[in-house]
Amino acid sequence: MAPARQDTSSERRNVRSRWLLSAPALIIIFVAAAGPLLVMLAYSFMVKGDYGDVKPGQYSLDGWFSVLFQRDIFDDTLSFADAHLTIMWRSVRLSLITTALTLLLGFPTAYFIATRPRNRREIWVFLVTIPFWTNLLIRTFAMQQVIRNEGILNTLLRWGGLIDQPVQILYTDWAILFGMVYVYLPLMVLPLYASMEKLDFRLIEAGYDLYAGRLAVLRRIVIPLVKPGIVAGSILVFVPSLGAYVIPRVLGGGKNMMLGNLIELQFGAGRNWPLGAAISITLMAVVMVALLFYVRNAARTGAGHG
Amino acid sequence: MPEPAGAQDKRIAIEARGVVKQFGEGPGALRALDDVSIAIRENEFFTLLGPSGCGKTTLLRLIAGFEYPSEGAILLYGEDIADLPPFKRPINTVFQSYALFPHLTVWENVAFGLQMLGRPAREVESRVAQMLKLVQMEALARRRTDQISGGQAQRVALARALAPAPKVLLLDEPLSALDYKLRKEMQIELKRLQHETGITFIFVTHDQEEALTMSDRIAVMSHGKIRQVGSPWDIYDKPAERFVADFIGESNFLKAAVLGVAGGMARVRLASGAEVLATIAEGFEPKAEATIVVRPEHARATVQGGQLSGVVENVVYFGTDTHISIRLDTDGLFTVRQQNTRSQSCGFDVGARAGIEIAVDAAQVLRD
Repeated sequence: MAPARQDTSSERRNVRSRWLLSAPALIIIFVAAAGPLLVMLAYSFMVKGDYGDVKPGQYSLDGWFSVLFQRDIFDDTLSFADAHLTIMWRSVRLSLITTALTLLLGFPTAYFIATRPRNRREIWVFLVTIPFWTNLLIRTFAMQQVIRNEGILNTLLRWGGLIDQPVQILYTDWAILFGMVYVYLPLMVLPLYASMEKLDFRLIEAGYDLYAGRLAVLRRIVIPLVKPGIVAGSILVFVPSLGAYVIPRVLGGGKNMMLGNLIELQFGAGRNWPLGAAISITLMAVVMVALLFYVRNAARTGAGHG
Repeated sequence: MPEPAGAQDKRIAIEARGVVKQFGEGPGALRALDDVSIAIRENEFFTLLGPSGCGKTTLLRLIAGFEYPSEGAILLYGEDIADLPPFKRPINTVFQSYALFPHLTVWENVAFGLQMLGRPAREVESRVAQMLKLVQMEALARRRTDQISGGQAQRVALARALAPAPKVLLLDEPLSALDYKLRKEMQIELKRLQHETGITFIFVTHDQEEALTMSDRIAVMSHGKIRQVGSPWDIYDKPAERFVADFIGESNFLKAAVLGVAGGMARVRLASGAEVLATIAEGFEPKAEATIVVRPEHARATVQGGQLSGVVENVVYFGTDTHISIRLDTDGLFTVRQQNTRSQSCGFDVGARAGIEIAVDAAQVLRD
C-alpha cells in the first residue's frame, strides 16, 4: 500500500513540475500568438471608428459583410465586392505560380548541392542564404532597378537586338512574380536540400540497376523520397507569398494589389479596421485550408504505401 | 578437388579485358584496378576475394555499370558493354546495404525491375509471387521494408535482383551485415538459388571461408590486381603467391634453396639442411632462392626426427585439433595442426623439443 501511495504523490509532483517547466512556452504561445489573434477576431466584429480604430462596445457584422459584398452608396443595392475578389484571386494565383516556379528552380539547385562532396555542401548552402543578409525592401528596390524600362534587363534585351521597344515588366503581375520567385527561392531550396541530403544515393543506383532510366528514377524514387522536403518548401513559399506586402507594393505599383496591400489599405487610408481584421482572418483561413489539404494529401500517400 | 573437366568448355558470360580504373588525376590519382583481365563462365559461382581496398567492389561496379573503366573492355557474352548505362545491362545487383526502396512494400520492391522493363501486369504478378516463394517471403509481401528483419531484407534484395531474370547476378558482400548463424543459412540458400536459377553469380567478399565454401572459382585480388584465379582447392592448396597463401588459411613460409626443377616439381633444401620435394606455382620458373609454403595441417610434430626441429613455444587446444607452435632452431615460427583423439592429448609441453615432419607433396614453391 505504502509504495503505491508514494508513487502517486511523486507522479503528481512530476506532473506539476512538468507544467511549471512548460509554462514559459505556454505563456509565449498565449500572449504572443493566440492573444493578438483573439484581439483581431474581436475587432472584426466591431463598428469602425470615424478616423480609424473601432468604436468599443459596438458590435456589427459589417466588416465581415464587406469582405465579399458591397452596398451601393446611392440605391443600397447589393453586389459582390469585385475588387476584393480580384485581389484574392490574384494573391492565390500568383502564390501558386510562385510555389511552382520556386519548386522547378529549387529542385535541381538542391539536388546539385546535395550531390557535392560533403565538405563543399556547406559553402553552397551558405551562398544560398546570403540574400537574407540584405533587407527585403532594399532587395525589392534593387529588383525594380533591374526590370524597369530603362533597367539592366531591358537594356540587355535591346542591346542584344531581341526587342526594339522596352518591355513593360514593372508594375505588372509579372514583376510581382519575378520578385516573389527571387525572394522566396531560398525558402524552397533549404528544406529540399535538407531532405535530399538524407537521401540514400545507393537507392538511385538500385533504381538504375533495376532498369529505371533517369526520368523513372526521378519520378519513382527521388520525388517520393524527398516529398517531405517538397511539402515543407511549398508551405514555406506559399504562405508568405499569399501575404506578401512589400513586393507587390514596390514592383506591382498601386494597381496590382495583393491581400497584404488590401489589409494595409483598410488599416491605413481606408480607415476600416473591422474589414482589415476580417480580411486578415480570411487570409489565415485560406492558409489553414491549404495546409490541411497538404497534410491530408501527404498522409494519404504515406498510408498508400503502408 | 580440381575443377571438373567439362567446366573449361562452358561459354564465357562476363569478360574483363585489360581493365584499368583510375580515380582522380595526376600524382594523387588512385588506381583502383590495374590491368585486370578475367573471364567468368556461364552458370558459375565466381567469387572476387580480397581485403578491403583491393578493388573487388570497383570491378563489380564496373560490371554493373555504376562506374566506367578508364581503359579496357567489359564483355557480356562477347559484346562490349563498358559504355552502356546500368539500366541497359541485363545484370542485377544485390547491394551490401540491400538498398531496398523504403517507400515501397516488399511486393513493390520485387516488382520494380519488371515494371521498369514494361512487363504486363499479369506477368509481373506471377513472377513476383514466384520470386517471393523462392526466398520464402510470401507471407510478408505487403510489409514495408522497415518492418522486416535484416535476414528478411536480404531475401527481398535477392528476390528483387533475381525477378527480372538477369544474365548475371552481382552480389556485393551481401552477407556481411548478418550474424553468424544467419550467414551460414544464407550461404546454403545462395548456393541453392544459384543452382535453381542457373544464373551466373559474381560474389564479392573479404571472408575467405565464405569464398572457399561457396565458390566454383575464386579470384584473389590485392592492390587492384588479380593475384590468382582458380577453384577453392587450387587457391588453398596451390597458392601462387605469398599474398594468396597468407590471405587464405594459415601458412608457414620457409626460405629454401632450389636444387633442381623437373616436371613441375622442385627439389629444395631448407635452412635446416633437409631436402623436400615441392610443387611449383603455375607458369613460373623458380630462381635459386625461393619461398615455400606448408599448411599447418600438412605437417606433424614428432618427438624425434623430421625435416625441421625446434622448441615448442605454444600449444592451443581447439577441440577438433590442437595447434602447436614451434620456434625453429634455424629461424622463425612453424605451426602444425594435429587432429585430436579422445584417448590422448597432443603430447607436447611448452618448452619441450620437437621435430617437424612435412608430409610428402605438402610443400609449394611460391612466385615471391
